Amino acid sequence: MSLLSVKNLRVSFDTEAGLVEAVRGVSFELGRERLGIVGESGSGKTMTGRAVLRLIRPPGRIEADRMAFDGQDLMRATEREMRALRGPRIAMVMQDPKYSLNPVMKVGAQLMEGLRQRDRLSRMEAHDKAIAALEAVQIRDPGRVMEAYPHELSGGMGQRVMIAMMLIPNPDLLIADEPTSALDVTVQAEVLAILDGLVRNRGMGLIFISHDLRLVARFCDRVLVMYKGKVVEELAAQDLMQAKHPYTQGLLNCLPRIGGPRQPLPGLDRNADWAV
Amino acid sequence: MSDTLAASPLTRTVKRLIGVAASLLFTFIGLLFVTFIIARIVPIDPVLSILGDRATDAQIAAERLRLGLDEPLWKQFGIYVWQALQGDFGISIRTREPVIAEIARFFPATLELATLATIFGVALGVPAGVLAATKPGSWADQIVRLVGLMGYSMPVFWLGLMGLLLFYGVLGWVGGPGRLDAAYDMMFEFEVTQRSGMILIDTALAGRWDMFANAISHIILPAGLLGYLSMAYISRMTRSFMMNELGQEYITTARVKGMPERRVIWVHAMRNVMVPLITVVALSYASLLEGAVLTETIFGWPGLGSYITDALMANNMPAVMGGTIVVGMVYIGLNLLSDILYKLVDPRART
Repeated sequence: MSLLSVKNLRVSFDTEAGLVEAVRGVSFELGRERLGIVGESGSGKTMTGRAVLRLIRPPGRIEADRMAFDGQDLMRATEREMRALRGPRIAMVMQDPKYSLNPVMKVGAQLMEGLRQRDRLSRMEAHDKAIAALEAVQIRDPGRVMEAYPHELSGGMGQRVMIAMMLIPNPDLLIADEPTSALDVTVQAEVLAILDGLVRNRGMGLIFISHDLRLVARFCDRVLVMYKGKVVEELAAQDLMQAKHPYTQGLLNCLPRIGGPRQPLPGLDRNADWAV
Repeated sequence: MSDTLAASPLTRTVKRLIGVAASLLFTFIGLLFVTFIIARIVPIDPVLSILGDRATDAQIAAERLRLGLDEPLWKQFGIYVWQALQGDFGISIRTREPVIAEIARFFPATLELATLATIFGVALGVPAGVLAATKPGSWADQIVRLVGLMGYSMPVFWLGLMGLLLFYGVLGWVGGPGRLDAAYDMMFEFEVTQRSGMILIDTALAGRWDMFANAISHIILPAGLLGYLSMAYISRMTRSFMMNELGQEYITTARVKGMPERRVIWVHAMRNVMVPLITVVALSYASLLEGAVLTETIFGWPGLGSYITDALMANNMPAVMGGTIVVGMVYIGLNLLSDILYKLVDPRART
């Protein structure tokens, strides 16, 4: 049985300028595998990820024919049931640790929050688990990081803390929403390697959201290409070079290649008919 | 996290304290400078306001000499600062009493009223603002907005008079103008040791609960009124600060961790809301401590606002200057306090 099953997911926002449809009928199945979702800004990939956690605030609205996680209907779940899923079952790593960590709370308090509040662990036990989680993301001085505030950490360190925090309850599914886009290129690879290793070792499902097609292909089993709120192509990662859809080909072509010809990069061809 | 500040914590604290004290002293002298200039600019002759306009030339000359007005300005300022630093703000022209002693009598009344009003304002305004921010557009939000708007737009003297008419005149639920009933007024003067000058505190310390209850019945209406005004402001600011924080990404993080909404709002968002809210509360407290003249007049409240106003009407310059300095010191003090609180709440402000 699949871990996550999404059929005809729609996310819309009732704004003063009229109805904005961010996601328009996305369907996919996910097992304990790694699924990439690729698209430009505004293609609806982030909203798809957040809709799975039902974290879209009013005036946003989520509709779907079916959205089930491990047999549980997410559309019908109460807010209490959703809270029980968030964290221990489904977790999410966001783009920029500068904004996704609470600036006025110590890193340690944020790491231990779930353990203390939900699992009712003692301070000592929670502390030990948090230290272990920081060690798992290869932070060398976990005791010191626990006592630090987020603004005292570098971007790479912050994102490792974020990953550690989200993986503490050992979720079945991790949604990684552009987890390295805000980081320096030099630390991107490091953070990705850490994330990859942990996801593989623990055998969790992963939804990896990115605008970087090649990165996603290297990292995932399957790739969904989104355009204007719709999936325009779904393909296995190793078949990426054989992508048929002109939009996917366009995304591939507008990346520079080291050692490649030094011509101006082609602009992305956008055709509104693809997303009808 | 930086190791470059290798100096011991003690010397660092001492250095910081000296810095704070120096900046306080400079601000205070600046404040004195401003009041000094004002006193020299206003067209009130200090000698004439003391002696009256029927004084002889010899008397005027003698008084000028006594007040040091023949000295150069910089020397006069020096004397003024030196006396002010020792708590000597001159002699009140009307009562021949030291200004500082008069202020010591009037200021506690204002302090008591402003403190109670601010407690009301915070205790009601913060939850109201949070409620409005978490459900924007809901009926709760509309009510909070309406109540706030009324607090903003209704003249305070009108509200005060209507309050007195209804709760004192018609219903008789509260005490009338003044801080105590006339009978208790004398008793308080003679039977209660005045430690703070604040009736609520002094009577409680003395165990005179009958008098305490009477003081409560008198303060509740003006404090409620001023508290309502400060609530209007605080709830509005809280709403906008909270809305801003709830849109931040770390709030999503807390929700992803499965934290209940109560905790997301009151722990995660509130700690961040506190940072700007401290300034708002401090400023609104300071503006109340300045003395709400209209409220004090309507409720016969012998506070700082009416003291300064009366002194101004009577050309009583030493009293006006003394009162102004006290108001300035209140602002300096509250600024310092909010600076300290700010650093306690926001780790980014500490370095």
